[in-house]
Amino acid sequence: MRHIYGWLLLLPAAILLVGFTHYPALATLADSFFSAGTALRPSRFVGLDNYAALADDPVFWQVLKNNFWFALGTIPTSIALALLMALWVNARLPGRALVRLSYFTPTVLPMIAVANLWLYFYTPQIGLLDKVTGLFGVPSHNWLGNPDTVMGCVIAMTIWKEAGFFMIFYLAALQALPPELEEAARIEGASRGYFFWRVTFPLLMPTTLFVLVNATINSFKLVDHLFILTKGGPDNASNLLLYYVYQVAFSYLDTAYAATLTVVLLTLLAVFAVLQFRMIERRVHYR
Amino acid sequence: MKRLLTLVFAALFTCMAHGQGKTELTFYYPIAVGGPLTKVIDGYAAGFEKEHPNVKVNAVYAGNYDDTRIRALAAHKAGQPAQLSVLFSIDLYELLEQDLIVPFDEVATSAEDKAWLKSFHPALMLNGTYKGKVYGIPFQRSTIVLYWNKDAFKEAGLDPEKPPANWNEMRAMAAKLVKKDGSGNVSRWGVMVPSTGYPYWMFQAFSRQNGQDLMNPEGNRTNFTHPDVINALQYWTDLGRKHGVMPAGTVEWGTLRQNFVEGKTAMMWHTTGNLTAVKDGAKFAFGVSMLPAAKQRGSPTGGGNWYLFKKSTPAERKAAFEFIKWITAPERAADWSIATGYVAVSPAAYDTPKLKTYVSGFPAAAVARDQFKFATPELSTFQTGRVRKSLDDAIQAALTGSKTPAEALTAAQTEAERLLKPYR
Repeated sequence: MRHIYGWLLLLPAAILLVGFTHYPALATLADSFFSAGTALRPSRFVGLDNYAALADDPVFWQVLKNNFWFALGTIPTSIALALLMALWVNARLPGRALVRLSYFTPTVLPMIAVANLWLYFYTPQIGLLDKVTGLFGVPSHNWLGNPDTVMGCVIAMTIWKEAGFFMIFYLAALQALPPELEEAARIEGASRGYFFWRVTFPLLMPTTLFVLVNATINSFKLVDHLFILTKGGPDNASNLLLYYVYQVAFSYLDTAYAATLTVVLLTLLAVFAVLQFRMIERRVHYR
Repeated sequence: MKRLLTLVFAALFTCMAHGQGKTELTFYYPIAVGGPLTKVIDGYAAGFEKEHPNVKVNAVYAGNYDDTRIRALAAHKAGQPAQLSVLFSIDLYELLEQDLIVPFDEVATSAEDKAWLKSFHPALMLNGTYKGKVYGIPFQRSTIVLYWNKDAFKEAGLDPEKPPANWNEMRAMAAKLVKKDGSGNVSRWGVMVPSTGYPYWMFQAFSRQNGQDLMNPEGNRTNFTHPDVINALQYWTDLGRKHGVMPAGTVEWGTLRQNFVEGKTAMMWHTTGNLTAVKDGAKFAFGVSMLPAAKQRGSPTGGGNWYLFKKSTPAERKAAFEFIKWITAPERAADWSIATGYVAVSPAAYDTPKLKTYVSGFPAAAVARDQFKFATPELSTFQTGRVRKSLDDAIQAALTGSKTPAEALTAAQTEAERLLKPYR
C-alpha cells in the first residue's frame, strides 16, 4: 500500500520527464540510424551511415571546435566576474540595491533583445563600439564581418549576459555564510585575502559546482543570439553545435542527420556533467 | 481506433459544412502575428468573403518563411492541412519532394483560366514552374535594386541624376565617393552589398550580370565554377579587399539600411522591399535604379508564391483557386504593391489608374518592374537549404579572405554535385 502511495506521488513528475525528456532522447537515438524520409523517398534503416557522414562533415568539426573556444571563453570569465560582483554588492555600500539591480539587468532581458542591442554596438561606423574607439582615432572595424573577431564578439556578449545571473547564486550563498566566521577570523588577525581563500571560497564550492555545471550546459545551449547577430557566419566562423542542429533540421529538413548531431550533443553534455560531478565533488564541502 | 474517430469527426464536419453550404479555407501566411501587413491581408480575406458569401477564409500568420514552411508541413503531418498557402518561392522542390502540392494546370482548365495563368510577369513564373507545370502563383515578390545618395554624389562632383550603368562605372564612382577623415579613417564608403542573411541572392545578381545563371531549370545542377561566375565573385571581393570602396569582410544585411540612411555609404544594393522604409528614413535626396551591368543587366527575383495543397476536397480546391485568382487580380495587385513596396505581379496591374498615379509621383516604384526584363529566378534546387548554405559559405570565405574565389566556389560546387547527383 505504501508503495502504491509512493508511486502515485512520483507519477506526475515521472510522466512529464518520460514524455518530454527520456522518450524524445531515445527516439532521437533511434532516428539517427535511419535516413530522412520524404513522401517520395521513405525513411529506411541505414545503420551508422549518418555517423560516417558526420565524421566526414567539415562543418561539424568546425562547429565543435568553435563550441570548445566559446565554452573556454565564456565559462571561467563569467564565473570569476560573477564572484567578484557578488563580493562587491555583498559589502555595505551606499545604493547597494541599485548596484545589484543593474548587475542583474542583462539577465532579465531576453537573449533576442540582447542580440539586437549588441548588433548595433558592433555595427561598423554607426555602432557604439566604433563611435567610442573612433574618439581615439582608431579606424572603424568590421567586428562581426571578420572571422578573426566574430567569436570574440559573441563571447563578450555572452559573458555580459551570463555573469549577472551567476552573481545571484553567489550572492545568496554569501549571505548564508555565518558572520561569526568573519568575526573569528578578524580576532585571529587573518588578512582579508587569507580569509577569502581559506574560508569564503571553500564554503562557496557547492555554488561554484552548480554554476560551473550550468555555465557548461549554457555554453552548448545558448544559441538564440546567433539568429540575430551572425547566423553562424561568416563562413561558419561563429557557428555553434546547437545552431547547426537547427539549420540541419529546419533549413535542410534533414531530420535524420539532425538527430545524429543531437545524439553527439547529448553525449558530450552527459560526459561533461559526470566528469564535473566526480572530479569536483571531492573538493566540495556541503554543510 | 484513433483513426476511426478522426474519420467520424471528419465526416461529421464535412456534413456540417455541406449542410450550411459553406466552404472553409485556411492558409498560412509568412508574417509575424500583429505585423503591419496582417491588417491588409485580413482586409482582403473579408473582401473576398463579402463577394463569395459561401466561403470562409482563415489566415494563419506564421512568422518568417522558414517558420511558415515548418508550420505548414507540421499541420499537414498532423492531418489538418491548409488548402493553400503563401510560401517562399524557392520552396518548390522541397514541397514537390514532400508530395504536398498540385499544379495549377489541374484546376485552371477553362480557356479563360489558362489565359489567367499567362497574365503574370514571365520572370516571376520561373521559380514556380517545374517540368512545364505551374505550381506557384506570384504574390509578394521583389528584386534587388541600387539605392544611391544624390547629395553624396553632388558632394563628390558626380552627376546626382546618373547612377552607375556598369561595373567599371560603379567601381570608379564608388572610389570618388569614399570619404576619409583627417586621420585617414573612412567616414563614408562608396558602395555596400550585404553579405549576411542572403549572400547567395546578391551573388546571383553579380553572376547573372556577368552572363551566367547559377542553376538549371530542373534544379539538379549548379554552375558555380564557370570562369565568369568566379570572376563575378572576384569583382565583389575586390570592391572590399583590393579597391577599398566597400568594407572588407562581410556586410550585415540587417543594419545596412541604417548605414545608408545615415549616409555611411553612398550606394547600396538592397531589396525593393526596403523602398518605403528608406523613403521614410532618408533625410537626403536618393534615387533607385537597376543594378549595373557587366555583360548584361541582371537581378534575381525573390519573395513568396501561392501554392495549392494536395489534401483538400474538390470544393475546397475550387474555392482556393477562386481566392488566389481574386487576390492576384490587377486591382488588388496594385493596391498591395503600394501598401508594401513589393512589385505588382502582372503587367495589367501597372495599367490600373491607381498604380499609374502612384508611379508617376514616385518613379522609383517602377524600377523593379522595368528590371524584370533582365531577371533570373532565385536560386532553388533540390536539397535547396544545403546547396544554398554551401554557396553562402563560399561567398563569405572569399569576402573575408580565407579562400580565393576560385577555391571557395570549387568547394561549393563539389558539395552541390554530391547533393544533387541522386536527382538526375
